[in-house]
Amino acid sequence: MPSLKQTPLNAAHRAMGAKMVDVGGWDMPVNYGSQIEEHHQVRNDCGMFDVSHMRVVDVKGDGVRAFLRHLLANNVDKLTLPGKALYSSMLLENGGVIDDLIVYFMREDWFRIVVNAGTADKDLVWMKKQAAIHAPQLVITDHPELAMIAVQGPHARARVWEALPGSKELSEHLIPFSAVEMGSMFIARTGYTGEDGFEIMLPAKAAPFFWATLAEHGVKPIGLGARDTLRLEAGMNLYGHDMDERVGPLESGLAWTVDLKSPRDFIGKAALLAHPPARKLVGLLLLDRGVLRDHQHVHTAHGDGEITSGSFSPTLEKSIALARVPNGVQIGDSVQVAVRDKMLAARVVKYPFARNGKGLV
Amino acid sequence: MSNPDNLKYTASHEWVKTETDGTITVGITDHAQELLGDMVFVEAPTAGRKLKAKEECAVVESVKAAADVYAPVSGTVTAANSELDGTPETINSDPYGAWIFKMKPDNAADVAALLDAAGYQAAVDSEAH
Repeated sequence: MPSLKQTPLNAAHRAMGAKMVDVGGWDMPVNYGSQIEEHHQVRNDCGMFDVSHMRVVDVKGDGVRAFLRHLLANNVDKLTLPGKALYSSMLLENGGVIDDLIVYFMREDWFRIVVNAGTADKDLVWMKKQAAIHAPQLVITDHPELAMIAVQGPHARARVWEALPGSKELSEHLIPFSAVEMGSMFIARTGYTGEDGFEIMLPAKAAPFFWATLAEHGVKPIGLGARDTLRLEAGMNLYGHDMDERVGPLESGLAWTVDLKSPRDFIGKAALLAHPPARKLVGLLLLDRGVLRDHQHVHTAHGDGEITSGSFSPTLEKSIALARVPNGVQIGDSVQVAVRDKMLAARVVKYPFARNGKGLV
Repeated sequence: MSNPDNLKYTASHEWVKTETDGTITVGITDHAQELLGDMVFVEAPTAGRKLKAKEECAVVESVKAAADVYAPVSGTVTAANSELDGTPETINSDPYGAWIFKMKPDNAADVAALLDAAGYQAAVDSEAH
């Protein structure tokens, strides 16, 4: 077995009693005891996640904006203030999703992109290939030497301000989905939990000390298990589950991240216009006892669908899922989900399921 | 937590307690609950169901995953622990108290042939490599 990759916080996780698992080739903490307690900790107070396996990619040079206008399905012209961020899909010519990402506008000659861990290498190859064709003057540099710590929850920002002197003055006026530099650190008011908080990028060498300092200020470590149930409750997509290269953004609940209104062209646009979506992503709430899981079949009055992300919601104390179903399915419909040898009753619901500490379903 | 010496075990992580009336009580081991994490749902077999040894007969689901529970020996189910419907997390907090089902074995010798605590620990250790 090839050895697993480690983040700069690997030893810290082990010292804090983490159960470590293989997450896409990375040795990562799945929990530090109870996943459900960690989930509630984030919804009710705050917690910190090691997401250093995600990759920071800087794109620099003249004409970055024009290049990204073409590369990304969302429109970077929405970014006018330095530090502002945008969530976008990056598509293949056939409309399949290469990755979902966050792009930060820093200066006209510098945009910063954060991509998923499992897709980082292929993303870089794709970006460099497109740049070679359309904008060979650009310099695309990934930063595996940067660690990333997400601090999330209603009290997350206040704890960061206590732990990191000088950060409050710089970041207290950050509007959601924007970032500011602080020396060698990059503080973004973003996240993947449906709660307020920061995602902080910093040099790998500084990460263990910062992690320990946050812990001293009462920020509890949270494993990637709770990260998944938090993002699912918040109705946020997970690459490789809710979308991938075989399915387009319009069938993955990501229409809001695709700008088809502006006249600009982007990679994948022609394919999206040529193939209107026949399916859509919906939320499911399980009415019977049990737990919904990825890939279970969903039977509806309009044809069959499939669960793309299913789990137990600690906030609702019920099982929830995202599912790709035929377009005719509507909110409130009753559907059946095949779970082992049984058909369980579920209801189609609006998502997010929970956000800012409260259940919404 | 160590595996109690008064129980029998299977390599598929069930524990088995022989009662004075010859029936057996079945649950999952501390090692199994530790691997699965926070338990949220248990589906136990109904009384009267006839089981063959190693047949899938119950399901325990944690937030993370679903896992099958197997009949340790052949026999007939006599009871299911309905208390787990509302409190599946007792499998995490008290794995050797939170039984899942009881059964009457067809053959008492089958129970005697199951792993003892040391044999089960050896099976767990070999799985880790």
